[in-house]
Amino acid sequence: MAKMAVMEGSHAIAEAARVCRPSVVSAYPITPQTHIVEDLSAMIANGELTNCEYVRTESEFSAASVIQGAQAAGVRTFSATSSQGAVLMYEVLFSIAGMRLPCVLAMANRAVSSPINIWNDHQDAISARDNGWIQLWAEDNQEAADMIIQAYKIAEDHRVTLPVMVNFDGFQVTHLYEPVEVYDQKMVDEFLPPYDPLFKLDPKDPVTMGALAQPEYYTEARYMVHAAQITAKPIIEDVAREFGRKFGRFKGGLIDTYKMEGAEVALVAMGSILGTMKDAVDEMRSAGIPVGIVKIRTYRPFPVEALRAALKGVKVVCVLDRNISLGMEGAVFVETKAALYNASESPTMLGFIIGLGGRDITVRDIKGIVDKGYKKIGGERVSELEWYQLDRNILPEGI
Amino acid sequence: MAEKMRLTIGLVTKPGTTMQYHTGGWRTYRAVINQEKCIGCRRCADSCPDGAPFECAHDGKKKKFCVNYDYCKGCGICAYECPVDAIDMAVEEK
Amino acid sequence: MAALEDLYASGHRACAGCGCALFLKTLMRVAGPDVIVTNSTGCMEVVSTPYPESAWKVPWIHSLFENNAPVAAGIEAALKATGRKGNTKVIAIGGDGATFDIGFGLLSGVMERGHDILYICYDNEAYMNTGIQRSGSTPYDASTTTTPAGKMSFGNQRPKKNVPAIMAAHGVPYVATTSMGYPADFTKKVRKALSIEGPKYLQVHATCVPGWGIDGALSLEILRLAVETGLYPLYEYENGQITSVKKIKNRKPVKEYLDKQKRYSHLFKMPGGDREIEKIQHIADLNAKHFNLDIEEKATAKEKEAKEE
Repeated sequence: MAKMAVMEGSHAIAEAARVCRPSVVSAYPITPQTHIVEDLSAMIANGELTNCEYVRTESEFSAASVIQGAQAAGVRTFSATSSQGAVLMYEVLFSIAGMRLPCVLAMANRAVSSPINIWNDHQDAISARDNGWIQLWAEDNQEAADMIIQAYKIAEDHRVTLPVMVNFDGFQVTHLYEPVEVYDQKMVDEFLPPYDPLFKLDPKDPVTMGALAQPEYYTEARYMVHAAQITAKPIIEDVAREFGRKFGRFKGGLIDTYKMEGAEVALVAMGSILGTMKDAVDEMRSAGIPVGIVKIRTYRPFPVEALRAALKGVKVVCVLDRNISLGMEGAVFVETKAALYNASESPTMLGFIIGLGGRDITVRDIKGIVDKGYKKIGGERVSELEWYQLDRNILPEGI
Repeated sequence: MAEKMRLTIGLVTKPGTTMQYHTGGWRTYRAVINQEKCIGCRRCADSCPDGAPFECAHDGKKKKFCVNYDYCKGCGICAYECPVDAIDMAVEEK
Repeated sequence: MAALEDLYASGHRACAGCGCALFLKTLMRVAGPDVIVTNSTGCMEVVSTPYPESAWKVPWIHSLFENNAPVAAGIEAALKATGRKGNTKVIAIGGDGATFDIGFGLLSGVMERGHDILYICYDNEAYMNTGIQRSGSTPYDASTTTTPAGKMSFGNQRPKKNVPAIMAAHGVPYVATTSMGYPADFTKKVRKALSIEGPKYLQVHATCVPGWGIDGALSLEILRLAVETGLYPLYEYENGQITSVKKIKNRKPVKEYLDKQKRYSHLFKMPGGDREIEKIQHIADLNAKHFNLDIEEKATAKEKEAKEE
């Protein structure tokens, strides 16, 4: 029987990072990520994490650069960031993925300025979607921690060799205390073998990394990153299953489903909102309303086939986005629509912008969204995209 | 351009492979070392950005330097720097 | 063939007469082969690694424009953590744009944290890779494509940023300026820097043939003139104190340096150019005073003694 302990989400994530034995940790403090890197610092200070260099940089740009250099030198690395810090890292994140360095980055998702706001939404990671990183999305403390361990295994698989970003909600995960499993180092070591880089900087066998690609090579270089993302799909599933067999927890690979049997309305979302959604669905199912949930656990690569299969036969799909691609719609909504557009059966799709900048999402909100789905089924006019919690009363006149 | 290379993961590149590209083709003038005058001081080799002059032989007591024309771009630094004026910049004949 | 043994191989695409390529070739002759090099975006990165080729025979990585220093710090941390450090030296190379401007904060962080790396700025005094735009290193009155000389302008109106002094203020063990015009000085300082543990900063003056508008054959001569006029003093800081200065005998007028470069040619044509050259002479004079560059003639010294007696 696994040993359980009540701990803060940040501490659970730091523990997961520790048992993966990173050689270099580099980070810069930003709310709500700070407890993770403080915990790792304490682990090094207390001798619980050894043979590890902690580099306390002057910016996230440097933190990302330090882990890039260390990973290129052939060692396992860890970093964590959030929001503005992630945005500052973007340039380096592109470079890391392009160079096929399997770094792992923990991302405490938070809104992006302006206006400045330290609370949760998903804009930081969503706006990083095109940089080549695999993006995993956790729902709670346990899943976020487990995902860190899985992330290394996925990233370092020679067929993948891509960096992985593990996403979890700022505050809702990072600052929440919940019971989680205390990892057994031996079991983690059995699951995650030592890092075996495909290539590294070594004077005994010198290579050049980061060469200039002219137009005759650039397209193919980009295609190779894309192909590795596609290749990663079954590997992400396999790693999740193998983790499930070893540790007794399986929460889906690319996606997870909840009460989708005979569902007329399906809710699609990512992150900690899933907990509230499950409560709402439980209540509605008890009342005889056939509604279910599809959780996106892997946003990049985007689970096109898995979504098509899971949403088959559903009448209306309601996608909840804690982000907004300004001038368009929520990113998950846009991509879910795109994934299903050429499917043989394509349900009606509704998009909802919700929970931006830490605004609470209640069971009542979720029920209201399902209600919109049923209105659509009933033939009523429902707008395709709704800013669900928008308070029009406080907008300036004329907007 | 020769046949395109098969790409490597991460575009990792093999060391020293620019050697296959001959920059000598850029040249308008070529550095010609007058072996009679050369005192073997290796100033030309030390001042060439392209590693073209090299020690080619020992002629009795002194070192001899030659120019690798695969790489000489004809900049003329060596001719200017030579302390005994032993290098001429001759117009390249194609 | 001896020429084929260079760790910075021939066949790189630098312009004929490039002082910066000479810097890389000489650096590798002194520092290699047990080194790992990081290189910021810039001319030397572009000309040395046109995929699928590479001029580098030592492990080398290019990430971005501004992060050569922290990437080097990451490599150093990795070697330390895994006990692979041994005698391997980590060298970060960047141009003046990377060093003085876009990567400045990151470099400061690396210097302050005490990483055991050697940072070398090859200083050709403008953004040459993008087509000769002004950087924080561009000297006073130099014409660049973003500070062009014209009826209303003598070119760049700001003096060169004093990065070596700022680096020294970080309390690092070794900071030095050097010049490809003096290969022996360069070699000596690289060797010395590599023998010291901790962060080291070296700034090497190197020509850009098209950027300065010079005859490539004069590449090293012009670099020597920069030193001989007092415009590019060569000195060393050890633990924050200046410990050596390359002295100049019969310091030359700055005109001799300026008139060989197209980037200063407007000063010899425009009305008021003379006054500007005087201002540049004043910069050289201040350098001479600050670093005590001038060697006093022996006779003069004797006369002085006689006077004092």
